[in-house]
Amino acid sequence: MSERTEIAVSVNGLSYTRTVEPRMLLADFLRHELGLTGTHVGCEHGVCGACTVLLDGRSARSCLTLAVQADGADIETVEGQGTVEKLGRIQQAFRDHHGLQCGFCTPGFIMTIADMLRHHSLDSDEEIREALSGNICRCTGYEHIVNAVRELAKERGALK
Amino acid sequence: MVGQRIKRTEDPRLLAGVGRYVDDITPQGTLHIAIRRSDQPHARIRSIDVGEAFAVPGVVAIFDAADLDGDLKPAVPTSKMKNYYATPIWPLARGKVRYVGEPVVAVVAESRYAAEDALEHISIDYEPLPFAIRQTDAVADDVPLLHEEAGTNVIISREFARGDVDKAIQDAPVTVKGIFRMTRKTAVAMENRSYLAEWDKRRLALTLHSSTNIPGVIRDVLASCFDLPGNRMRVVAPDVGGSFGGKGSLYHEEMLVCALARKLGRPIKYTSDRLEDLSSTSQAFDELMDVELAVDRDGKLLGLRADVIGDIGAYSIYPWTGALEPVQVVSFLPGPYRLEHYRGRIRGVLTPKPPTGPYRGVGRPSSTFAMERLIDMAARKIGLDPAEMRRRNLVTAEEFPYRTGSGIIWDKSAFQECLRAACDYLDYPSLVRERDKARAEGRWVGIGLASYAELTGIGSRISAAPGMPINTGTETSAIRIDATGAITAAFGISSHGQGLETTLAQIIADELGCTMEDVEVQHGDSALVPMSTGTFASRSAVIGGGAAIVASRTLKAKVLRAAAHLMNQPVEELDASGGIIRSRASNISMTFKDVANAVYSQMGAIPREQREDLAVSETYDPYLGTACSSTHLAMVEIDPETYGVNIKRYVVAEDCGRIINPMIVDGQVQGAVVQGIGAALLEEIVYDDQGQFVTASLADYLVPVATNVPPIGIVHIEADLPNNIGGFRGMGEGGTIGAPAAIANAVSDALSPLSIEVDTLPVTPERIFRMVEAARARNKVV
Repeated sequence: MSERTEIAVSVNGLSYTRTVEPRMLLADFLRHELGLTGTHVGCEHGVCGACTVLLDGRSARSCLTLAVQADGADIETVEGQGTVEKLGRIQQAFRDHHGLQCGFCTPGFIMTIADMLRHHSLDSDEEIREALSGNICRCTGYEHIVNAVRELAKERGALK
Repeated sequence: MVGQRIKRTEDPRLLAGVGRYVDDITPQGTLHIAIRRSDQPHARIRSIDVGEAFAVPGVVAIFDAADLDGDLKPAVPTSKMKNYYATPIWPLARGKVRYVGEPVVAVVAESRYAAEDALEHISIDYEPLPFAIRQTDAVADDVPLLHEEAGTNVIISREFARGDVDKAIQDAPVTVKGIFRMTRKTAVAMENRSYLAEWDKRRLALTLHSSTNIPGVIRDVLASCFDLPGNRMRVVAPDVGGSFGGKGSLYHEEMLVCALARKLGRPIKYTSDRLEDLSSTSQAFDELMDVELAVDRDGKLLGLRADVIGDIGAYSIYPWTGALEPVQVVSFLPGPYRLEHYRGRIRGVLTPKPPTGPYRGVGRPSSTFAMERLIDMAARKIGLDPAEMRRRNLVTAEEFPYRTGSGIIWDKSAFQECLRAACDYLDYPSLVRERDKARAEGRWVGIGLASYAELTGIGSRISAAPGMPINTGTETSAIRIDATGAITAAFGISSHGQGLETTLAQIIADELGCTMEDVEVQHGDSALVPMSTGTFASRSAVIGGGAAIVASRTLKAKVLRAAAHLMNQPVEELDASGGIIRSRASNISMTFKDVANAVYSQMGAIPREQREDLAVSETYDPYLGTACSSTHLAMVEIDPETYGVNIKRYVVAEDCGRIINPMIVDGQVQGAVVQGIGAALLEEIVYDDQGQFVTASLADYLVPVATNVPPIGIVHIEADLPNNIGGFRGMGEGGTIGAPAAIANAVSDALSPLSIEVDTLPVTPERIFRMVEAARARNKVV
């Protein structure tokens, strides 16, 4: 295909330089080039939100983003939120509230919520549900996820 | 542990992003497949021209059906049913295509990108053939046949009857009838289907990693297709991203990756995209249900007759067959009610669409929708409250076991208690007053009830699908304590979101007397136990949980026998809990680890003739199934501007027997109800008159998001279940069964001032608009 391009990104604080086809999706880059398979691909047309990552601090659909667009960016994925031995705060809230079943959509929800907690007040269930409405979960019916976010928002307190 | 809200052991890996789904596994040398699918509903393949496809860098090989001749045998979904024709299943279309989306050509390349590039160079010359896309046309005589060898499109017909229903209806003072339909739908698991096959050249063995929920069934059928013994055909379901039935059948692509891995000697991976998922994963519902119910003036049910045409798609699916959905509709149509006279007939008809297969609830969402609508229509006709109508007809505790008109036996389940609990939870009388007040203000507010029962955890007495020749009624648990004292428990089930790694460990901890942390539950791998099927049909907690109990008890007896010798205590004085064995007769104690060490590693600690490995394998068969029952109660308001349905209240009262983990049960109920809300209000697969697939993205096929759904109240009733070892009833499916009916009844109630009766789901804003327009024209109301 067309000429390969060199890109340099930071993912979860580590620097990577790779040469990629311009058409390569950021989701495929993370999964197949870097082996960070925690980011999942559910629809490849920007509806389901499973592939959500943070791009310079804001949530982005990695299935609608080209890897070359992320050149120079600071990317955060679910792997940067915590580990099996030490879950991050959002991950722990999901576990405490049973906010996941099959776990496939979960990384996308976690990254969406990471963004929402930084930028939105989330002080009512309506606002929480609105914030989650760009992510599809087929297992939980959302209620336990809403419960987890309510606790996280309360713990965070008012946005500065 | 059983009964407690234990946090799930499977969570940390899934939350940390280190779950392992099939597409996350890429062995060295993996080749990737992209599939050229039919764009024709029914056509003969004249020729296939690969054009410049091989010029695309990275393309390794291209296959059509002819290239696989002799490589494998087809899978045939046989059945003991009379009046049934089993359509064979091949990896790629042979000679003809029979639905838009059927796999025709496979491109194998070094990357998925390259494989997809090559697809565009391939041209297929089709001779279009006539077809009947709608089931009402396809059942007629002299219509084009999809499978000429069958001689008909109606490959399934069946009838259940008891009493004299025609007379009952003819003599009845009140009858209600309708033609009901839940339109075609699909499961939409968040993980698309994905398969990875590896051929071991040393052992001449195939391993398939599959996003399936029936690895055992798939192992058995592929072993036969590829003529391999089971010890050289292994199917592993690693973490699986939901199924809801969609991953519960054999797929073309599973056969394809295996055939190509063996042929090419390289790992072969196929991962579907969402378009392929929507257009080639098994679909569900789509029965046209012509039903009539007779009642007396007190609301007593007298007779029910049904003529159902199920649109089963282009093939009968393996292993369930195309009979699964439609036959289950007429099996369950009489519901949890006392009803003497019944006749249910079905015809399953082939149309050029993807096959129907299992979807959460199987048949019962549709049967419950039709029956519960009729109950409400009858109640309205005789002026009886719908809750009272149900109370008068639900089978009561004294009547169990009760045999329905279709032959299903309901045993001890909380039918009446669920109805009462749902009504109490939302204070039904005040809900009625609230509705009446809103109605007086001209608002479209309505209340809907749905009561149903399902068979779960079905044992070996009956097939999970009608006439299906494979056994799904047993489950094996193999538990061992190793030389380090660690406990490994292997099962044939295949958890894909249900949390069985947690719940089965809870059961084992209680029964064996160890801690949960000591137990690793293994599942989803055909190599674990001799015979397995998987997780479906609300069977795993009942049958797998039962096997866990039997195996734990046998193992505990072994541990205590060894400990009795080591502690020099009578065995009947010993008991174990929390991993420690104590004697009631003294202060001495031992840990499981101590016992394991003595048994395995300390020579002579136990005399040679008394020493036995701390390993057992036990199988449990509940023989009959268990009945799980529920009542759903909803209040909705319809927006007169947008015709959108807003669910204002929702409660489920359900009896799933003894609860292993209330947190997990709540999650199952909520998730299933929300899928049921999707079926009621949003989800619809559409094929146009040309046989083309119209709902090809998640922007066209809508599933519920967080803003569509209300908080859901849940009341658990744990009715005693004497004939089942654990007292568990299966409950994973129920929510999808009750929610469509409850919402359809609530919407009908809201629109009752216009005499509107909902007969088709999903009841979208467009359908409501059309019904309201028609009613206004009919009623001459402006």
